[in-house]
Amino acid sequence: MLVIDCPYCGPRPELEFSYGGQAHIARPANPATVETSDWAAFLYLRSNTRGLHAERWRHVRGCARFFNALRDTTTDKFIATYRTGEPAPAIDSRGDR
Amino acid sequence: MNSWRTDGGGRIDRTRALSFSFDGRRFTGFEGDTLASALLANGVHLLGRSFKYHRPRGILGAGSEEPNALVRVVRDHSRATPNLRATQVELYDGLVAESQNRWPSLGFDLSAVNDILSPLFPAGFYYKTFMWPRRAWHAFYEPRIRAAAGLGRAPEGPDPDRYAQRFAHCDVLIVGAGAAGLAAALAAAASGARVILCDEQPEFGGSLLAEPSARIEGMPAADWVAAQRSALAARPNVTLLARTTAFGYFPHNLIGLSERLTDHAAAPSAGSLRERLWQVRAREVVLATGAIERPLVFPGNDRPGVMLASAGRTYLNRYGVRVGSRIVVVAGSDAAYAAALDLKAAGAEIVALADVRSAAGEAATAAAREASLPVSLRATVLGTSGRLRVSSVRLGTVTSGGAVEESSSVACDAVLMSGGYTPTVHLFSQSRGTLSWNAERNVFVPGKPAERTHAAGACRGIDALAAALADGAAVGSVAAAAAGFQGSTPAFEASAVEFGSAGAPGALAQPGPTPPAKAFVDFQNDVTTKDLALAAREGFRSIEHIKRYTTTGMATDQGKTSGMNALGVVADGFERSIPEVGLTTFRMPFTPVTFGVFAGYARCDLFDPVRTTPTHDWARGHGAVFEDVGLWKRARYFPKTGEDMHAAVARECRAVRTGCGLFDASTLGKIEVVGPDAVTFMNRLYVNNWSTLAVGKSRYGILLRDDGFVYDDGVVARLAEDRFHVTTTTGGAARVLGMMEDYLQTEWPDLKVWLTSTTEQWAVIAVQGPRAREVISPLVSDIDLSPGAMPHMSVGWGKICGAPLLLFRVSFTGELGFELNVPADYGRAVWEAVYSAGRSRDITPYGTEAMHVLRAEKGYIIVGQETDGTATPDDVGLSWAIGKAKPDFVGKRSLERPAMKAPGRKQLVGLLTEDPTVVLDEGAQLVESARQKVPMRMIGHVTSSYASAALGRSIALAMLAGGRARIGETLYVPMPGGDIAVKVTAPVFYDPEGVRLNG
Ligand SMILES: [Zn+2]
Repeated sequence: MLVIDCPYCGPRPELEFSYGGQAHIARPANPATVETSDWAAFLYLRSNTRGLHAERWRHVRGCARFFNALRDTTTDKFIATYRTGEPAPAIDSRGDR
Repeated sequence: MNSWRTDGGGRIDRTRALSFSFDGRRFTGFEGDTLASALLANGVHLLGRSFKYHRPRGILGAGSEEPNALVRVVRDHSRATPNLRATQVELYDGLVAESQNRWPSLGFDLSAVNDILSPLFPAGFYYKTFMWPRRAWHAFYEPRIRAAAGLGRAPEGPDPDRYAQRFAHCDVLIVGAGAAGLAAALAAAASGARVILCDEQPEFGGSLLAEPSARIEGMPAADWVAAQRSALAARPNVTLLARTTAFGYFPHNLIGLSERLTDHAAAPSAGSLRERLWQVRAREVVLATGAIERPLVFPGNDRPGVMLASAGRTYLNRYGVRVGSRIVVVAGSDAAYAAALDLKAAGAEIVALADVRSAAGEAATAAAREASLPVSLRATVLGTSGRLRVSSVRLGTVTSGGAVEESSSVACDAVLMSGGYTPTVHLFSQSRGTLSWNAERNVFVPGKPAERTHAAGACRGIDALAAALADGAAVGSVAAAAAGFQGSTPAFEASAVEFGSAGAPGALAQPGPTPPAKAFVDFQNDVTTKDLALAAREGFRSIEHIKRYTTTGMATDQGKTSGMNALGVVADGFERSIPEVGLTTFRMPFTPVTFGVFAGYARCDLFDPVRTTPTHDWARGHGAVFEDVGLWKRARYFPKTGEDMHAAVARECRAVRTGCGLFDASTLGKIEVVGPDAVTFMNRLYVNNWSTLAVGKSRYGILLRDDGFVYDDGVVARLAEDRFHVTTTTGGAARVLGMMEDYLQTEWPDLKVWLTSTTEQWAVIAVQGPRAREVISPLVSDIDLSPGAMPHMSVGWGKICGAPLLLFRVSFTGELGFELNVPADYGRAVWEAVYSAGRSRDITPYGTEAMHVLRAEKGYIIVGQETDGTATPDDVGLSWAIGKAKPDFVGKRSLERPAMKAPGRKQLVGLLTEDPTVVLDEGAQLVESARQKVPMRMIGHVTSSYASAALGRSIALAMLAGGRARIGETLYVPMPGGDIAVKVTAPVFYDPEGVRLNG
């Protein structure tokens, strides 16, 4: 069970959280003008990263807020967590900024 | 009869004799014995039969590494634990143990014919032999293999014992309370860190408990252990856990511990806990897990009486048991010499000390010479004999040219062997730390940790006593400091008679190029050198593939005694080094863990939370039969005396169609969407146009995902300009709120909207039927219920029996209907008031089954029944609900994708069977013609199917390819009992004009 650092509450055990998939996939502002293939990519195409992955988590059994995290998929180490709307920190997998 | 028990010494209490039985034979042991030591003290070496060949097996080790001596310990018919290692079972008075994997008896096992037929069971035999004919697998091979193979039997009755679970946090968790672990605990505890020290054994001390020569701080090592244990126990910052196995190392330094509390007791007090699961989150973890001796690999090395040298020493020094009187010692490591010396000093005869190396270490050589041990160098073992216990060993010599010559046959009653020690890196490997190769000692030791993990002592190759104590103390200090606690590192003065423990993994030299058949590498899974050679010959190169093909290391012992020898054999075969071959990953659990401790409290009534509605007790009192809907208990039907479900549901349905029915709809999800941007939010989320919904009105809403598929539905009321009362399906309440929060928080954070779950705040009482208004109107105040003032889909605030009332005029039955929303605490009282007010009109409580029939008669869908996550609104005939003028809503863009408009999509239709008494099976497939070859072309499936009282016949809903264009056609439902002809109809069977709900 992972320990996840909620940006609003601090470190909490994984069982308080739910996973929300890849982060930074914005819903197009005007879907009607989006090409069908681009819309399909928005719906279905996700990266399968080996290494640092920006992903959404929700502290669903805590403050109920969504936030983003950088997690190394090979080690399950969380390099950073940050609030929704903030850009992903420029960090490499060793945690160096 | 020979007395195998020594006259004195050991850590057993000779004044406390314990009686026990094994396979029905009665024996006596002593307090402090394990089942294994007590059996050996009685001269019993034969304890079980092997997994595949049913070969007689004895005791190999003295601890958790034991692969052979698996037994079933029986207290009663529901307290019988299989697959326990006899070496870890603490003896108690009255203990009853049975051997496993034998029939009819341990001494004569018919399946031992597998041993003679062993050429038929090579590596991978499951994959090869039983491939054909295919259908014979389930019918024939698998049941027979399962009966013949496999390990012990589970108990018959439900487990009556109690199990607890707890979470714990500490600064330093130390696994293993041997010399290094104790030193680490003393160092970390002195710094003030919160320390947990656990050990799988009942006593702390590890190998020190079997080392009479060891002295620490001027006292015998065992006394020092006891003194330090007391000192640690007195500290408030230290938790000591004996009989506690660290079985798993999980991410972020979470360690699973299984603490056994009563298995050692003769008569556990009633209600006491049997086991406790600890989930420990440690800042720093110190692994002081020790090392395990390797067997040597030679033909017949699995015969009862052939044991690890360390086990022979442990049985002698800790339990006061000589494992034999005429012992052959086979040395692949100096460690074997210590066993030979101790047993000789205890009166056993060492008939040969066959050292497989060209030279032993200096200390071992000198001690052997002084004790006149019959040492021969460059030796090998060619075979053993003895049916149920070893009786002789054939020794050989390896010439300087490398040839193997037979030298002698030696009669004996025990063989002790040592291939050197393997550091116990299971937990470190589980944590995904990388192992590094120590070429000097031929072992893998912890390298780069993946977690905040430190290794100390023998598990990283430091096993001389003084060095292990110093290493433990230093590592304990480092771990405490890493957790933020500084302290001085204690120093311990220690001495012991010690020889080296290094060896070389692999098999002993044999004559001829073909590996011998019965040189066992993995005892528990019956894997031999021949199997490993076969896997290599058949082209397997990766050690991970060889492991799976031969099943070596995959038994419950997790390769503790076999892993390195398998690597050595494979490396020799490929003429590569062991690090080039690589190591497989160890998996949890270190030793098997009971299901009970994982289940913990979550059994029976506590298995899951139960949600009940305010009328639950009333419904129970009125004979309701309940069904589980998620965690909810919902009344399914209310049978009267003598009624079956069919009769009860038919009566309930008739009551709603002709009079008045009463239904608890409280489980419907309810979400309040509030704020100045509430209507914008609802417009963006749901398909409908909410701008045109007036306050005091409601509308059937549909929620899609952005992929365009129906996700949920429900009636949505506008209670104020800025306030919507959204209902969801019973099962969808939590996920709909989650989806709303997702869009609100991450896509539209600028919207001023607040979402609140109100599911459990409201009791919802549905009153449905032509007489519904008559029933409730005497009770309702402040609302005009007349059809003109309160038409279908209107909503109003008022009072009922004095309680606050949010009244919906809605119908999920097609009849005139109301849903009374009252605060949950008033639910039962209002329900009963409505029920008594309706008695004169024959008001009838109905359950979910009647509700389903009534809505199906009207063609109303249930999300998750008619839809399956691939249905669009149009597929289920709901495109009328879409706000076409809206520029966007969740899912709108996807509805424009070509595939979503393609002809031939499955559409909602009705089905009427040709024979009106036939009720179709839900999930049954539709085909155009029943005269097709199997597999037939399936063009649709039945989603709902009931006997309809109102129509006097069966009805069904289905999703059918191009369904709306096929209305009127006859299709077929092929079933095992024959093909059923059905006519495709519109999905509304009853009152298609919808006049009744406007009553
Ligand atoms: Zn939080």
